[in-house]
Amino acid sequence: MGQLNRLDLYRQMVRIRQYESRILQEYHADKKPAWDIGAGLIPGEMHLSAGQEPVAVGVCANLKKGDAITAPHRPHHFALAHGVDMNAMTAEIYGRDTGLCRGKGGHMHLFDPENHFSCSGIIGQGYPVACGQAMAFKRKGTDHVAVAVAGDGAANQGAFHESLNLAALWKLPVIFVIEDNDWAISVHRSFSTANASNADRAVGYGMPGVRIENNDVEAVFEAAGAAIDRARAGEGPSLIEVHTLRLWGHFEGDAQAYRGADLETVDERDPIPLYAAALTELGELSEGQIESIASEAAAEVDAAITFATSSPSPTADDALLHVFA
Amino acid sequence: MTTTETQTRRITTAKAMAEGIALEMRRDPDVFVMGEDVGPYGGIFGSTTDLFDEFGADRVIDTPISETGFIGAGIGAAVEGLRPIVELMFIDFYGVCMDQITNHMAKIHYESGGNVNVPMVLMSATGGGYSDAAQHSQCLWGTFAHLPGIKVVVPSNPYDAKGLMISAIRDDNPVLYLFHKGAQGLVWMEKNPRSIGHVPEESYTVPIGEAAVAREGTDVTIVTLSLSVQHSLDVAEQLSDEGVSVEVVDLRSLVPLDTGTILESVAKTGRVLVVDEDYKSFGVTGEIAAVIAEHDPTMLTKPFRRLAVPDVPIPYARVLEQGILPTRDKIAAGVKDLMS
Repeated sequence: MGQLNRLDLYRQMVRIRQYESRILQEYHADKKPAWDIGAGLIPGEMHLSAGQEPVAVGVCANLKKGDAITAPHRPHHFALAHGVDMNAMTAEIYGRDTGLCRGKGGHMHLFDPENHFSCSGIIGQGYPVACGQAMAFKRKGTDHVAVAVAGDGAANQGAFHESLNLAALWKLPVIFVIEDNDWAISVHRSFSTANASNADRAVGYGMPGVRIENNDVEAVFEAAGAAIDRARAGEGPSLIEVHTLRLWGHFEGDAQAYRGADLETVDERDPIPLYAAALTELGELSEGQIESIASEAAAEVDAAITFATSSPSPTADDALLHVFA
Repeated sequence: MTTTETQTRRITTAKAMAEGIALEMRRDPDVFVMGEDVGPYGGIFGSTTDLFDEFGADRVIDTPISETGFIGAGIGAAVEGLRPIVELMFIDFYGVCMDQITNHMAKIHYESGGNVNVPMVLMSATGGGYSDAAQHSQCLWGTFAHLPGIKVVVPSNPYDAKGLMISAIRDDNPVLYLFHKGAQGLVWMEKNPRSIGHVPEESYTVPIGEAAVAREGTDVTIVTLSLSVQHSLDVAEQLSDEGVSVEVVDLRSLVPLDTGTILESVAKTGRVLVVDEDYKSFGVTGEIAAVIAEHDPTMLTKPFRRLAVPDVPIPYARVLEQGILPTRDKIAAGVKDLMS
């Protein structure tokens, strides 16, 4: 397990939040008409991960270069925490030729082979792919692991159950991470999932499962560390479910009327100010550091947005490229 | 072994497929096979015959009945540089794993802007003719050929089956390798003599994307694929006795489609019958009509004709199934109609 570095965890969470806040702002900045999700410099759907930073940061702090992640439609926090280049990722979100995928993927389909990072916009379908990556790592005799990330809604997909069985059966170095943000778009978990904890489902497939109730980055760090160590040692897969928080809508433009009273308390549950307060109380974070960490992150995000907006677009003819290798 | 013996070595299509896989597995340790009953059983339709004995459970992997899980795992392994060969027992089972096939296997290279390759073979059994009914008898190649990002190969005979398999394994793209159960040369199905044929022992490739003129002729072109090539060759032989010269074009792959060979043949004969065991509408036969129409419809001296499953599910009872499949008598009738 990696050494716990609280300041690094905090810094990475702030960096991601600054990124998501800025994307939120830029996404809406030039929509004309405002309701047209296909308009503007950033077109299409936008699923932001604000509130879920503890999951990505706690898990990725235990990963090393060469480990793989399959992320779902809400991928930015895991991408950034796993080392995907912010400039190339932003350019992709802007549909530019300098983007990770030359403008062919967009925000739900980010592929970074250098970091073994990929996304799928189809719920639960990243799980089997992660199993295959883990299978490859094992066959090659490496100690790399694959992390399969999806939301609580994905745990009701067949792909999830098939993958848990395969991974346990073949003792694959996979860590299944479920981000339980209470909501599968507008359907509350209590209406979708029979089990109170997906950790119980893991046990049903013969692998360790833990549920972390409080969206605590350090608890995620510890649990992921143990699971990743286990996988690297050849002892097979584990599942970690984190009860996290969807601070914003399912996608940008989601009015969230369905959330009712749940929305009234989201700000007080925001994990970043809570962690800042905890670190301040421990004497590990000062006002000055809070400001400098925020401004460093803002500067990095600024540079990424500038890189993206000043990058060339692909041409229409480029749409015909890359169907086949 | 003498040259003569080599040239006369005759094996089944199933054995030829397995032999192609074995040669590649010996050459490249990154090649492995997984699927349902591919291990000691050797594949329900013989595609992995004897592989388990040679390569063991580590490289010939029996899977649970979890097609989404293991096809997805094949994709993940391919993305990491391995060369998996994954068997989907019947193509009819696509319904339980289509997302992995079309949204992942087929799209990852494109979505990634060409940065991620998926060098895997997905092989699957197609076709009817033995009363397996609606959920175990479809061809469906037109469905997959319609979806961008998958090469689709459709061998009709043992020689091509081996050479196309080796090409498919070496290809950096996902290749859907669709073999017809009736062309495998299985001992437990109706014997089609053309399912056993000459296959060299050594390794060789058949390029993906090149059709073959399986029989030369001057009066009528039959464009077809898979088992229907065998039937069409039978018909061509029979009609030859009646003075009709039939050219048979074996497409061998649908993606890429060798339009040049089709057009060259049709330009020569001026009459074309497309024979397809897949459903008729919105499929292979219509596509080939479009290829001809876009090129030069005046090449045809007779209206375009097609013979395919008439847009019904594959029925069970023998008389019903034979009634809708492109059987030899229907192919012969189609050719005669073009000659009338």
